[in-house]
Amino acid sequence: MSEPLDDDDSRDELDEYGDTDEYGDTDEALSDDLRRGRVRREEDREGASRDDRIDSGAVVVTGICGRLGRRLARVLHRERQVVGLDRRPFPQKPKDIEHHTIDIRRKKAQDIFRNQNIGALVHLGVMHNPRGNSEEHHSWNLAGFQKLLEYVQRHRVPKLVVLSSANVYGPRPDNAQFLREDAPLLGAGAFSDIRDLVELDMLTQSFFWKHARTETVILRPTHILGSVRNAPSNYLRLNTVPTLAGFDPMIQTVHEDDVVRAIRLALQPGVRGIYNIAGPAPVPLSKMLRKLGRAQAAFPHSLAKMALDRMWKMHVSSFPAPELDFIRYVCMVDDSRARSAMGYEHQHDLDSTLHAIDAGRWVGST
Amino acid sequence: MLWGGDEIVALNRRTALARLTEVAARDLIPFAGRAVRRAKRAADQLAYRTLGPDFEERNLALKAHYQDKGGDPFGLDTEFTKYMAMVTSVAHRLWFRTSVYGIENVPSGGALLVSNHSGQFPLDGMMIAASMFMDAQPPRLVRAMVEKWAQTMPYISLLFSRTGQVVGVPDNCRRLLERDELILVFPEGARGVSKPFSKRYQLQDFGPGFMRMAMEMGVPIIPVAVVGAEEQYVNVGNLEWAAKFLGAPALPLLPQLLIPGGQLPLPTKYHIYFGEPMSFEGDPDDDELVEEQAWLVKQNIQNMLGQGLRSRQNIFF
Repeated sequence: MSEPLDDDDSRDELDEYGDTDEYGDTDEALSDDLRRGRVRREEDREGASRDDRIDSGAVVVTGICGRLGRRLARVLHRERQVVGLDRRPFPQKPKDIEHHTIDIRRKKAQDIFRNQNIGALVHLGVMHNPRGNSEEHHSWNLAGFQKLLEYVQRHRVPKLVVLSSANVYGPRPDNAQFLREDAPLLGAGAFSDIRDLVELDMLTQSFFWKHARTETVILRPTHILGSVRNAPSNYLRLNTVPTLAGFDPMIQTVHEDDVVRAIRLALQPGVRGIYNIAGPAPVPLSKMLRKLGRAQAAFPHSLAKMALDRMWKMHVSSFPAPELDFIRYVCMVDDSRARSAMGYEHQHDLDSTLHAIDAGRWVGST
Repeated sequence: MLWGGDEIVALNRRTALARLTEVAARDLIPFAGRAVRRAKRAADQLAYRTLGPDFEERNLALKAHYQDKGGDPFGLDTEFTKYMAMVTSVAHRLWFRTSVYGIENVPSGGALLVSNHSGQFPLDGMMIAASMFMDAQPPRLVRAMVEKWAQTMPYISLLFSRTGQVVGVPDNCRRLLERDELILVFPEGARGVSKPFSKRYQLQDFGPGFMRMAMEMGVPIIPVAVVGAEEQYVNVGNLEWAAKFLGAPALPLLPQLLIPGGQLPLPTKYHIYFGEPMSFEGDPDDDELVEEQAWLVKQNIQNMLGQGLRSRQNIFF
C-alpha cells in the first residue's frame, strides 16, 4: 500500500487539536523529526492493531433514523456498540444505542469521534429527496460528508463504509447488461439530481487512495426493495403502475435485509474497495408487476415524459421525469466481486424481495 | 381476515386510472386473450403443416436448454422466440428455400460465427439463425450484437431482447461466450449490408473487434458465407446526406420498393456455407497480428463466396 499522503495535514491537525487528540500528543516541544518517527511507528503498530480496533470500537451510523438505518441498528446493536448520528430523533430506539440528534455539519459532531474509541463509520446519511432545495442538498451531502471524512482521518477511524448506489452508473442504452465496479459513473448525465451521489462516491474513492490507514468500502447496491421509502419501492407500491409502451427492461432488485447483510460484511476487518450488491437474478419489469399483481398502464415515452414533467412541477407526482430512464434502459450490476471477496450472498429470493415492499404498508406506519 | 381488510383499504385507495385499467383487465383482456390464443393455435397448426413436427420438438429442446441453465439474464423469452422462429423458419424454408452446407462444423460450445453481410435488410442474419435452429443438431439459438440506437426505439428494443439479441458492447459478448453461446458477427457492419448492387459479393473492410474477442476468449471462429442475399433487393445507390440527416447508418435507393409487392425481398435461393472452425492465438492487444488474422478470416470467407457463386446454377433456383 502506498504511503499515505496526509502526513503534513495530520501534523497540522495534531497542532490544532493537540490536547484532545486520542493519542494524547500534548507535548508541543516535541521536535518535528521525533514526531515524524513517531507517526511512522504508529503506522506500523496500526497495521497490526487495526483489526482489533475495528472489532472492538463502536460503530457510528449516520442516517440511522432512516428505514434502512434502523434495520441496520437493530441487527448491529446486538453484537457491538452502536452510535447513531442523525438530524432526526430515533423513536423506539433500543436502549443500548447511543443517539445524537445533531447535524453532521456542526462542530459538535466531532465530539463523538473525539470522546470514544470509534471502530467504524457507516455513512447512510445521503439525502435523496428530489423535492428538497438542491443547494441545501448539496451542502448536506457534500460539505457534511467532507466533514465526516475529516473526522475519520483526524481520529484515525480504521473503517469507513459508504452506501452509494448502482444508480451512479445510470440507465443508458449502451450499458453492458451487467456493469462492473470499474464502469464509468455516468448517472448524472441525464439525471442531474443524482449529481450529489456521484460526487460523494468520487469523494470516497479519492479518500480511499489518499488515506490507506482507513479501510474504505463503497457499496453500490442495485434497486433496494423493502419498507424503505426510495423511488423503486415507491414505484412498485403504486396501485396502477405506469410503464413505457414498447420498453420492458430487465430489472435487478435487492432486499433491504440483504443490503444490511452486505454492510455487516463490509465491516469485517480486511475488507476494502468498491462492491456492487445485487439480489436475485434479474427479471423483466412486466414479470415483476405480474408477480406483484399490480395493474399496469403503458404510455408512449414522449407522452409520459411530458406528463410526468408537468405533474412533477404541479407537485402531483413524486417522480422526476428523468427517472423514467430506469424503466426504459438497463442499469444492472455484476456483484460477483462482493460474492467472492466479501462472501456476500443474497438470502431473499425474488418473491420475498418483491413482497417486502408491502410489508408494514397498512399496519403501523413507522 | 387480515387480508380481507387489506383488500378493502386497497380498493378505496384505487385511483380512477386504476379502476379504468381494472375494467380493461376484467372485460377487454379476456376477449383479446381469447383472440390471441386462437391466433396462437392457428399459428401452431400452420407451423406443424409447413415446418413439420420437427419445429415443435426443436422448440422444446431449446426451452429445456435454457431452463437447465437457470434462465437467461439478457431477457430472452423462449415462448416469444418460438413465434419469431416460426416466421423466420417459414421464410427460410419456403421463401428463400435455403440450402445449408457444413453446419456440422459448428462446435457445441461458445463460438463466433463470422459472416459476410448483404441484402440491404439484415435478413441474412435471420436466415443464419434459422439454419442453426432448423438444421443444427441440437438446435442452437444465435445471439447477435445489435446497434446501441436500437435500444432507444420502443418495441424494437423489446423484440431484440426477447429474442436473445444483446447490445453490442464487448462485455456482453464476453459474458455470452462464457455461457457457451453462439455469437453472430458481421465485421463489415453497415458498410456490407447497404452496398450497391455493383459491389455484390465483394467483401468490405473488416472491423477487427471480432478477432480481438476470439483471441482474448480463446473461442473458435466459424467462417460463414451467405450466397443469394445480395440479389434480394437491388440497390442503385446510397443517399449519404439523407442518412446523416436522419442519423441512420445508411439510406439505400431501392427502386423495387415502388412496385406493388416489391417491398418483399425477391425470392432468391439462399445458400449458406459454414466453414471449418479457425482457432487463433496471441496477444489481443497486438494490433498488427489482429489485423493480419482478421484478414485471413476475410480471405477464407471470400474464397467460400467464390466457390458458392461458381456452383450456383441460377439466382432463383
